[in-house]
Amino acid sequence: MLAKRIIPCLDVKEGRVVKGVHFENLRDVGDPVELAKRYEEEGADELVFLDITASYEQREIMIHVAEKVAEVLTIPFTVGGGIGSVEHVSKLLKAGADKVSINTQAVLNPNLITELAERFGSQCVVVAIDVKRTWDRITSRSYWEVFINGGRTPTGKDAVAWAQQVERLGAGEILLTSMDTDGTQSGYDISLTRKIAEKVKIPVIASGGAGKLEHLAAVLQEGKADAALVASIFHYRHYTIPEAKAFLRKRGIPVRMED
Amino acid sequence: MIAIVDYGIGNLRSIAKALERLGKTVEVTNDPERLGAAEAVILPGVGSFGEAMDNMEKSQIVPVLRRMFDDGKPILGICLGLQLLFERSQEAPKKKGLALIPGEVRKLPPTTKVPHMGWNRIYFKRQAPLIENIPQGRFFYFAHSFYVLPEDESCVVGICNYNVTIPVVVNVGNLWGVQFHPEKSATWGMKFLENWVRSIDSNASYSSD
Repeated sequence: MLAKRIIPCLDVKEGRVVKGVHFENLRDVGDPVELAKRYEEEGADELVFLDITASYEQREIMIHVAEKVAEVLTIPFTVGGGIGSVEHVSKLLKAGADKVSINTQAVLNPNLITELAERFGSQCVVVAIDVKRTWDRITSRSYWEVFINGGRTPTGKDAVAWAQQVERLGAGEILLTSMDTDGTQSGYDISLTRKIAEKVKIPVIASGGAGKLEHLAAVLQEGKADAALVASIFHYRHYTIPEAKAFLRKRGIPVRMED
Repeated sequence: MIAIVDYGIGNLRSIAKALERLGKTVEVTNDPERLGAAEAVILPGVGSFGEAMDNMEKSQIVPVLRRMFDDGKPILGICLGLQLLFERSQEAPKKKGLALIPGEVRKLPPTTKVPHMGWNRIYFKRQAPLIENIPQGRFFYFAHSFYVLPEDESCVVGICNYNVTIPVVVNVGNLWGVQFHPEKSATWGMKFLENWVRSIDSNASYSSD
């Protein structure tokens, strides 16, 4: 049986790992290569590096980070943030990344998803979707709205429909972040995750809100996520990965652990 | 020198690094002469069936690979590299594969999540040098949407269950193919590569006797 994955996420700014709340108030939490190695040794199933500055001149820094990380890791890793062209993806994969995650550019140019999938294979194309509960004045209903540009720009797109569209376009995985719960440590958005996980056949990585081990169990079971993205609770050593996996296994959730 | 076949796409650095860590000299190439000079060959696991075959045909390395197979040179196909060893694939129905192993490549059934992405346990059907010191039921990393179906089941050394039974370790003589990514499978993946490298070395000393 396929194990549910625990994926530490490292937000990278100017070559350092940082962490904030609602994409703001950033604190330095360490060196990407050191953290990557430590998480692999602890039993992380995969890693995600998000370049949260992603200005043009800083792309080279991230390619360099990918190269250094690839030297030490024997588990897969994804790089995301500011990716918008086939050439950029090609550089990151050549540097040693296994997957790339695209977000804003996927919304602005959905064909990019198909181009990347045809050239590099769906398995390395992750589409990240940032979502916020929004009140629609016209229909007087709330819906899950897709945001781009690091959560600053609303798109009016419905997240469930967008998730289904990226699957059709060739995405291999969805990295789903709830902006409502991100950084709060109050738990993942279970209903959003479950809704999308039930509507697509590709794996869904849930993100945003892990504060307790209970939250991981909830999003993997009730939320039907295939993987849970985790940042603060590991970065600040509230829990270790072996503690998290032992907890999940007790709940009957299949995880990768040495017997 | 171990040659890693370059289809012109994707991440070849991880497998190259893994082999270098095991003390091997590695060359990423699509030059038929360099390939012919290698002691062993890796068909890596990046890209799609059609594009990889196109690139290998264009660089004229298909006959070299066939000859190396006939000569008993060690060849290891990883993920897509395993699939390329077969005759045909549903991923590119009009494209002919390397056809070193009779059989075909099929799309994973839609009854389950596709791609098969993540860590799954593998089980061995028989003993073989490359799986020495790897116990039953260890986790390896997978990322694929297609799987191989050999005509002759006796070449299947290891399997994995994902609604269907997927052959994940296949062996004919010195030709090996694995559906998982050993270079991305932490400790057990490195153990597998270490066994492969050791088998190359013993193969070389045997031939030079």
